[in-house]
Amino acid sequence: MSAFHSTKPGFDFSNANRNAFLEGKGVKMPKATSTGTTIVGCLFKDGIVLGADTRATAGEIVADKNCEKIHYISESIRCCGAGTAADTEFITALISSNIELHALSTGRKPRVVTAMTMLKQRLFQHQGHIGAALVLGGVDATGAHLFTVAPHGSTDKLPYVTMGSGSLAAMAVFESGWRPNLERAEALQLVVAAISAGIFNDLGSGSNVDACVITATETEMLRNYVMPNVRVEKERKYGFRRGTTAWTREKVRDLIVSEEIRPIAVIAGGEEMDTS
Amino acid sequence: MDHFPTNWGRPKYDNFDTSATYPLHNRGQNQSTTSGATQHTQQPIVTGTSVLAIKFKDGIMIAADTLASYGSLARFKGVQRLHPVGDYTVVGASGDMSDFQYLQHILDGLVISEETTAQDGHTLGPAEIHEYLSQVMYARRSKMNPLWNSLLVGGVKDGQRFLAYVDLLGVTYSASTLATGYGAYIAQPLLRKAVEGRENTLTEPEARAILENALRVLFYRDARSINQYQIATITANGAEISASLKLETSWGFAEGIRGYGAQTQ
Amino acid sequence: MPDMSAIVNPQQRQFNPYAENGGTILAIAGADFTVIAGDTRQSEGYSIQTRYAPKVFRLTDRAVLAVNGFAADGNMFVKKVKQRLEWYRHAHAKDMPLRAIARLIQTMLYAQRFFPYYVYNILGGIEEDGTGAVYSFDPVGSYERETCRAAGAAQSLVQPFLDNQIYFKNQTAAQGSPHPAHLPLPDVLSIVIDSFTSATERHIEVGDGLEMYIVLARGRTLPDAVAGLRPQELPSAGGEKVFVLKRDLKKD
Repeated sequence: MSAFHSTKPGFDFSNANRNAFLEGKGVKMPKATSTGTTIVGCLFKDGIVLGADTRATAGEIVADKNCEKIHYISESIRCCGAGTAADTEFITALISSNIELHALSTGRKPRVVTAMTMLKQRLFQHQGHIGAALVLGGVDATGAHLFTVAPHGSTDKLPYVTMGSGSLAAMAVFESGWRPNLERAEALQLVVAAISAGIFNDLGSGSNVDACVITATETEMLRNYVMPNVRVEKERKYGFRRGTTAWTREKVRDLIVSEEIRPIAVIAGGEEMDTS
Repeated sequence: MDHFPTNWGRPKYDNFDTSATYPLHNRGQNQSTTSGATQHTQQPIVTGTSVLAIKFKDGIMIAADTLASYGSLARFKGVQRLHPVGDYTVVGASGDMSDFQYLQHILDGLVISEETTAQDGHTLGPAEIHEYLSQVMYARRSKMNPLWNSLLVGGVKDGQRFLAYVDLLGVTYSASTLATGYGAYIAQPLLRKAVEGRENTLTEPEARAILENALRVLFYRDARSINQYQIATITANGAEISASLKLETSWGFAEGIRGYGAQTQ
Repeated sequence: MPDMSAIVNPQQRQFNPYAENGGTILAIAGADFTVIAGDTRQSEGYSIQTRYAPKVFRLTDRAVLAVNGFAADGNMFVKKVKQRLEWYRHAHAKDMPLRAIARLIQTMLYAQRFFPYYVYNILGGIEEDGTGAVYSFDPVGSYERETCRAAGAAQSLVQPFLDNQIYFKNQTAAQGSPHPAHLPLPDVLSIVIDSFTSATERHIEVGDGLEMYIVLARGRTLPDAVAGLRPQELPSAGGEKVFVLKRDLKKD
């Protein structure tokens, strides 16, 4: 039975199976940009602090030195993404959109569990083929909440979480530094330390520290909160002399177009333009 | 699709894991002796997890827990993974414990032949022990019959501190903080932050506290670790390996977190 | 994090005797000098094993060897080359000439044709005629004398840059002033430094530190611009001089 005529309910993954087969036969698949990544979140006295590094990689090449991994869900809910860059961007944009519609429909501020449930259901439907590993955090009517969402749709609720290739380095910092009811400054400092551990010890993470502090009253997005990896100045200038590039043919075209305008006599009885 | 987020975007994969605790029911198919060909390729059976080591003001400190795992089974809970060699050196091992015992035998023999038999006034320091070990490990990998260990060698001789790593491939390196196995991912970031730039000022109690903290974090996150450990301290006064010690841990971190455990909305 | 797929999927486990330890090396020859450089990061997978593991080694007063690839093979290979050079010294009471070292390295690499040293070698130094020279090798011994060569993790980033800046590829010379065959030492050093800072920006396995060896031909001295950088001079028997210059690179 062809997949097209399948009567089975649910999504059809036959193309995924085909691709896996072709890859096994040596067919090159396109390389997706992944956000190698250290992303973290932690609970503090008044809310949530989220953190992320800003390196995106394609294999061992740095694709983006200052990308944004803390995505907007709603005013008081934000989501850090690790894994396939496109998947994390689209899934968070989609759920953000749906959360906004949900908020308009219910007339209430959205809850973190709502976003979490929408994310996990979408990810579960796609059986892990959407490669998004997320740290979701925010404050709503029921308090401050922090979740991780794995690509298959499983979720975890904890007071401090990490994801991505630098998750072990970052978690080590949390395990030795986190305690309940941290002050805002302490929590922010701990998140910076956790992300920095990823940046300096994990090759998949690098560049700057982004942070986001969410409380019941306001959300503060601290883009490039710490920049410990500024590019050094080059020793030489690499300008090129005019005429460096060789050419095979030269053709000069005159770009000045001259026109001769001859006024024609006004036709008698013709309608005059209204210039009033 | 690799479903472990920490593997994503990685440029390359290895077919082996230097300190894996490999489930026995998934054992490879190369155990058969019917083929007649020599089967060298192996896997670790009873394994030790991370070893940690740092430089401090007066010398080197090496730490390891006392668990020897059999796959996911916590098989032997009181195994010493730190081994003194001569008067100035301690070797710490992760990976296969029988291979480590074989290495202990080799090293003890080396000390006897070089120091006791020769009696030429020369003694082996940590640098020599490490060089010897790395040649043994590299020779075995070149025969495609590796000793499945990652080893840390530390010591002090003639006022010089020495700390270096060698593994089943014969790869070596040196740094002021070293960690094998999961320790390389979990403990190394903590050790680097605590030690780098302070190698010549850290006191013995400070160094001990740094290692104990790292061991505690490893116990929280490495499922093949245990809360019992030993620390070797090597200074100009010689090597001293502590008795088996217990880690202080706390598990109340999520108390009062709504939705942790059984969801009660 | 270790590869978990072997645990999740039952499969035959085969011992892989090789690893790839990252990093990049390069060498550029001038008219009467050679610069041989390498970064000092040693990595495996996504982990930094150490921030300082030298990849560039002095062999004689006029030969420097850079090795990159599998670190265990690299160290073993350098050790064996040094041993052969010492035997040569004992037999002939002089250092082996550069071009002879190059041929020696070829035979030593090819001897392991069916279990190769997984190492890319770049040999730099001063020839007997006093010119700067660079020899580059593949893992099984194919070699060539060149003016410049990059190898290792960021070869694909650095070599095109050197082709453009050293060989002036894709650069048309101005009327009446052809491109020089060799650049002066200060220019070469700045190109080396820029190569490594750029590779550090865009390649995850390059960084931490940079070590540059400068080999000067007999009777030459460092230009003021380079002497001002205070390179460390290594002891030599006179004649050719060897200097080491170190720089920090980004650690992320």
